[in-house]
Amino acid sequence: MSEPRGVPTPAAGSAAPAFSKSEMMIVAAARELAGQRVCFVGVGLPNIAVNLARRTVAPTLELVYESGAFGAKPARLPLSIGDPTIVTGATAVVSMFELFSFYLQGGLVDVGFLGAAQVDRFGNLNSTVIGDYEHPKTRLPGSGGACEIAINARQVFVIMRQSKRSFVDRIDFRTSPGNLGGADAARIRREEGWLGRGPSVVVTDLGIYHFDDTGQMRLDSIHPGATLDQVRETMGWEPRLADPLVTTPAPTPEELRLIREELDPEGAYTK
Amino acid sequence: MSKVASMRDAVAEVVHDGDVVAIEGFTHLICFAAGHEIIRQRKRDLTLARLTPDLIYDQMVAAGTARKLVFSWLGNPGVGGLHAIRRRVEDADPAPIELEEYSHFGMVGRYTAGASNLPFFPLRSYFETDLPKANPLIRPIRSPFGDETVYAVPPLRPDVTVVHAQRADAEGNTQMWGLLGCQKEAAFAAERVIVVVEELCSEAVIRADPNRTVIPGLIVDAVVVEPWGAHPSYVQGAYDRDNRFYRDWDAISREAATTQAWLDEWVYGVDGRAEYVAKLGSERVAGLRPSGEAPSGSVDYGVYK
Repeated sequence: MSEPRGVPTPAAGSAAPAFSKSEMMIVAAARELAGQRVCFVGVGLPNIAVNLARRTVAPTLELVYESGAFGAKPARLPLSIGDPTIVTGATAVVSMFELFSFYLQGGLVDVGFLGAAQVDRFGNLNSTVIGDYEHPKTRLPGSGGACEIAINARQVFVIMRQSKRSFVDRIDFRTSPGNLGGADAARIRREEGWLGRGPSVVVTDLGIYHFDDTGQMRLDSIHPGATLDQVRETMGWEPRLADPLVTTPAPTPEELRLIREELDPEGAYTK
Repeated sequence: MSKVASMRDAVAEVVHDGDVVAIEGFTHLICFAAGHEIIRQRKRDLTLARLTPDLIYDQMVAAGTARKLVFSWLGNPGVGGLHAIRRRVEDADPAPIELEEYSHFGMVGRYTAGASNLPFFPLRSYFETDLPKANPLIRPIRSPFGDETVYAVPPLRPDVTVVHAQRADAEGNTQMWGLLGCQKEAAFAAERVIVVVEELCSEAVIRADPNRTVIPGLIVDAVVVEPWGAHPSYVQGAYDRDNRFYRDWDAISREAATTQAWLDEWVYGVDGRAEYVAKLGSERVAGLRPSGEAPSGSVDYGVYK
């Protein structure tokens, strides 16, 4: 999905290069992938983040697309997850039955990337409707593979921009389960036989959240240039803050070079 | 026996008002040519099933062919929403449309159950979500072998499945490569199957590479040879996805009037796919060719006498 252009943030001290909010999100998400092996990818920012991770912190990362490509090596930035560039040169191309049954439900996916229209403090996601299901104010795309990714991927990364409309106290529809109602989520997942342990990180345009032992989102790192006031103004609940709250290291010149010269040279997602 | 038919005859004979129709293909190999012919023949009251309704069902819904959608992801991939469908859902404009909604795995499982003559397909999905409330056909089921509960979805058996592919012989033995989606499951699940191909090949070509045969002629009712029949979707190795059209559709479809004007020009206004391709123009078409070749290696099946 085409991302709106953010305002470039000049880094403090001005020795480091300026970068956009999208670039900071991509870099933060890529760094979280250190040590991971198999990642279920979506288009847009997750796709760039995963390809950046493969060139930096996770060289053995295998890309899986729900359209059926495993070990994809896209030679250009795909607009859709079904682009022909994810097929040519892939390790395997399988039917969607195999992809969902053997790869995902079989437990081979370490990280699934999800986004949504709404998220709550427990990382539950809505991508189905805004308003009432029968008479929606806005009809959104629906689950796609998100529901089973949330349940079967070993962990889930969420990438979303913060706003009062998207970071809400109560989501209108639960499409993809996160930490459910909080502390008992781990027990419910175990008892119901889910493979996944749920959302582990939420990367936004303002910071990086992980989940504490009550199953709630906790701001652990704030991006350079972002303020706590901005964080509070763009979410529907009082955020939990890590102590100490750290500042996300700015993108390095090499990370920015990879994004701008190799991964998104036209700036379709990152300007 | 040759099953080769024109698109007009195949749709006229195989697709009936009120049918459940699945034009499958996950981003890849979506047969727009068949969808447009269904529009031209003014079929009505169809139930349209697809994982991703995509632009083809947005167009078919805008043209008034459908009363119901069965799906798992209702969007314009990489671009945004499907506006003609959204008008029906959000504003009942010009009339409401019935929705039956699953997840991708649920839809794949439904075709699989339909193809294998099973009463349901079990899967580990839907736990603790609102989807079973939105669609009561998604139901929990206890394992007969222990305490576990999983969810079950019912079989989907389309009256007609339409599959696009690179090549088939005259009997309908069909080979495809690239993303396979759930074309095979949807075809085996269907009562009747139309195969639409870029190229008609000889039986010898099929028999030289039997692992690549996804659909046997045994289940095929009609073979239509329709080059560029998947545009603006794509065919691996033949032509690229026309992302420009996927983006353009967003603006075209935002108003009912511009949507109808597009249908008048590009669907009702042409007599078939060949005229549509000519109208696209040689420059647009040439720009969608792959930038180079990437042939597979060949394998040796051996001769055993």
